[in-house]
Amino acid sequence: MIKRRGHKIREGSQGSPQPITGPHPPTTAQGRGGHFGTTAARSTSVPAPPMAAPAPPSRSSPVSLRARRPPAANGGRRGRRRERARGGAAMEEVSARFVAQKISKARWRPLPAAALQPPDVFATGSWDNEDNRLSVWAVGELGSGEYLGEPQLLCDIGHDGDVMDMQFLDQERIVVASSTGSVTVFRHHQNNQTLSVNQRWEKAHYHVDQDTSCGGAACTGVICNNPEIVTVGEDGRINLFRADQKDAVRTIDNADSSTLHAVTFLRTTEILTVNSIGQLKIWDFRQQRNEPSQIFSLTGERVPLHCVDRHPNQQHIVATGGQDGMLSIWDIRQGTMPVSLLSAHEAEMWEVHFHPSNPDHLFTCSEDGSLWHWDTSTDVSEKPSFLHHGGRSTTYLSHSTINQSVVCAWLNNDPTKDRMEITNLIPNQTLSVNSLDVLGPCLVYGTDAEAIYVNRQLFA
Amino acid sequence: MEEADTEPPLVVRDWGRVGGPGGTGTDREGGPGGARDQDIYIQTLRKLFNESHGVFIGLQRCEEELAGKSRKAHLVQVSKNYRSVIRACMEDMHPGTTTKSETRPCSFQVSILSAMELIWNLCEILFVEAAAAGPLLLRLLDWIRLHVCDVDSMVREVLSSENPSKHKLFWNVVDVFVLQGRMDEARHLLSKEASANPTSMSMYKVLDDLMMKMPLGNTQTLTELELKWQHWHEECQRYLRDGTFASNPHMESICKILAGDENAMLEKKELLTTWYHFLVTRLLYSHPTVKPMELHFYAQSSMDLFLGEESSPEPLDTILMAAFEFELHQVIKECSIALSNWWFVAHLTDLLDHCKLLQSHNLYFGSNMREFLLLEYASGLFSHHSLWQLGVDYFDHCREYGRVYLELHIERIPLNTEQKALKVLRICEQRHMHEQVRSICKIMAMKALRNNRLGSALSWSIRAKDAAFATLISDRFLKDYCERGCFSDLDLIDNLGPSMLLSDRLTFLGKYREFHRLYGEKRFSEAAKLLLMLMTAHIAPCSFWMTLLTDALPLLEQKEVIFSAEQTYELMQCLEDLTAGKPDKQKLLDDDVETTKVEMLRLALARNLARVIVKEGTLEGS
Repeated sequence: MIKRRGHKIREGSQGSPQPITGPHPPTTAQGRGGHFGTTAARSTSVPAPPMAAPAPPSRSSPVSLRARRPPAANGGRRGRRRERARGGAAMEEVSARFVAQKISKARWRPLPAAALQPPDVFATGSWDNEDNRLSVWAVGELGSGEYLGEPQLLCDIGHDGDVMDMQFLDQERIVVASSTGSVTVFRHHQNNQTLSVNQRWEKAHYHVDQDTSCGGAACTGVICNNPEIVTVGEDGRINLFRADQKDAVRTIDNADSSTLHAVTFLRTTEILTVNSIGQLKIWDFRQQRNEPSQIFSLTGERVPLHCVDRHPNQQHIVATGGQDGMLSIWDIRQGTMPVSLLSAHEAEMWEVHFHPSNPDHLFTCSEDGSLWHWDTSTDVSEKPSFLHHGGRSTTYLSHSTINQSVVCAWLNNDPTKDRMEITNLIPNQTLSVNSLDVLGPCLVYGTDAEAIYVNRQLFA
Repeated sequence: MEEADTEPPLVVRDWGRVGGPGGTGTDREGGPGGARDQDIYIQTLRKLFNESHGVFIGLQRCEEELAGKSRKAHLVQVSKNYRSVIRACMEDMHPGTTTKSETRPCSFQVSILSAMELIWNLCEILFVEAAAAGPLLLRLLDWIRLHVCDVDSMVREVLSSENPSKHKLFWNVVDVFVLQGRMDEARHLLSKEASANPTSMSMYKVLDDLMMKMPLGNTQTLTELELKWQHWHEECQRYLRDGTFASNPHMESICKILAGDENAMLEKKELLTTWYHFLVTRLLYSHPTVKPMELHFYAQSSMDLFLGEESSPEPLDTILMAAFEFELHQVIKECSIALSNWWFVAHLTDLLDHCKLLQSHNLYFGSNMREFLLLEYASGLFSHHSLWQLGVDYFDHCREYGRVYLELHIERIPLNTEQKALKVLRICEQRHMHEQVRSICKIMAMKALRNNRLGSALSWSIRAKDAAFATLISDRFLKDYCERGCFSDLDLIDNLGPSMLLSDRLTFLGKYREFHRLYGEKRFSEAAKLLLMLMTAHIAPCSFWMTLLTDALPLLEQKEVIFSAEQTYELMQCLEDLTAGKPDKQKLLDDDVETTKVEMLRLALARNLARVIVKEGTLEGS
């Protein structure tokens, strides 16, 4: 077996006394309508135990992305040895691989219901290439704490157009949205590691003006709830497909006058969409009317929303990310405006994901090349946290622990109670992080720098 | 499994057929922009471009933070990172991952990469690290050991055989170790031979002793080293004179080499493989305290001795020679000519510039050499369908012309999807390139318009703050309304917010829609007020007045009186303005419908006026 050199990303400075003070501590945009909850997300400076020192979200940190042993130092023998030397350390949990294609999407293969092991296979899609590809990767065994290298390519297949969005339908099938407007279901044959086209809906999204030869409109979002597949596109159309049917079950033409950027299921018959004029819409497929059942919107500035995700347990909580990098938390039971606006990234937030089994954790990635881990689970009763602020040292003691379990941390808009720890997982990145996915203790993300990264000890 | 770890072969001879990035060396000086970077299109090199981009950014970021010693150490580290990137790329190309058919061009690429690393490493020793006499030789030895690595496979072959000392390559391996100054390994091998040959034990002992005592190292001062070395050298020569090794030709030649006999070294030409290996071996055994400035003398004579009469120097030889001569600009020039990419020279020059080695040199065109080369490289990246994003950061770090280049290149990026447009837009917005932002938004708005996506088109023109285009689209909306009698894209028009003020027509569109909504909600008096305001404040275009007046008809005909007397007068004036403005001729051309409309309006207005006078009179009277 050939062991390949894995790239390590050294994160932050382990056990360093450096307080976590981000260059732009996420705070509420107060100028955006006074009656929003003033959820001030703070980066607390926890005197952390050495094993879990989070990386400071500092962009200007001179910490080198890669701390490599120089090749000259080991006289002609390369690679492997220096990996071994640094293998077992707990901080070396990120492995990376340059893949010679810009990654637009990365998704873990879902685990079978009874599985206990962490996920080990994920799929990626590329964009802006002359020949775009859908690839399936495996990450090696973690073994006895020893690191065994970068993701290995299992198989790949050409894809017509940019991969705009991607979702596993089940263990074997992947639904891929293309910039050509087609939606394809690929089947991953695990016995001989090949990919094949299972089903394709050509021009699922198209522009009405079809006198031009290429009338297809980019399909920007796809979501599945086996066997149902919902797609949205630049043409403002919503399609509902069933995996086994040739024609669309339901199509809502002109569902939106602007571009629909993303879609997610709210309940089995209801979906959420976000569009380029800052609206969050609920659509109910039980209704025959081609109108949204509810419209929520950011006031005033019409900042486009790029991504949406729903809290896995509490379905009324929805998170969206916008063009200005703002994270909005909505409570769709009440009001038409977000419960809280948290200023986060400096550029477009491309994806937002609640952790599927640990929804106190949220992950966002952005065009500015950062990936943030939002953690509201900080239990202050165990860790006394000292918030250094303006020279004062305030000790927060355990607060109303009775209520905590009832009121979700994401909707808690009392600033004195709010405790959110935010970590930038990529200190020195420059190019856009286009996609991320979390499952169990594992995180995968892909960038425009043509690299995929896997972090397998997210909560270490 | 060991194969993956062997060093890629150094096929320097392939260099002859490599063309420069600009084709020939002469037309390259014609100015930036013309040259095409062929290597940009090689799939396997994309990793190199992407990874080195990160190193490059890191280097620019810490520009002035460090000073003195730590700065130098950091620059050396950066240089090593660059080499590490090259090596990583070579490893990826290495056989085992490729099929047979791909092997050929791949191994060619590997040889190019390997040569690039070789040059880079030498430049690192001589320019970045600027090693002084003493350490210099150690660095050069490392350099040779790293790049002449046929020996590793040979060693494995010999050691894995049943009886190493009887292997036909045994003495070759020992010789290579000696030539590379790897004394411990050589002694280890020799001890095997010694144990198999008890008769010549004493001879081995002497040679082993000599090899062990060889003074090398960086702990002592230069004079100390020189003294010790002189002593050791004399000892070697004494043994040679005494004929201690006369019975064994292998050992005698080794001793000759130790004593610095150049002819003995040249006899091992096949093992040395290259003249620079010969140079380093020669320095090791004849001039261990060589000063940087003396290098070029030895280099030149070593090359002449090694190559002899029969062959002329290859491009690689010329480049290395230029480096030994400390002719920085010559190195860069030769590399530009010999290599088919700008990657190498651009990054190397940038690094050397950070070492403050290029300051005196200004070109008669462009700003300076670093910038010129970076611009060339980045332009090459921009010509690639996918790598253009990397080019942006390189342009950012070209102070003088970077921005102009970026402006020119960014407009030529094809925008197939909105997502890509957004990414390009972000790049422009971050750099306050307003002209480009406008142009991109306009392109996207036009596209949307062509696809009948009025909503999207309006969004784009609002983002660009393009009033003229917003007017155009608003007119389309109004035209659609006139034709179909209902609005499309209500979700957008209802949510225009402050962006409504971008253009008059857009304001009118928003307000007119508001009128419809008020009317729909049966808030008639508010609707009437708004309708009148649209005309009297001249928000509505004149061409639309007739439609507005027609819209007033049902309000006039309502059971309850909506328009006040004053409002009715104003409405009447609007109608008169409209009809009076039109010349008679055109009036004739208008069909009957139009005239009927005007008649109906006049009637309705008159009736309303009558009703309102009565109503207002009674209200005031009561």
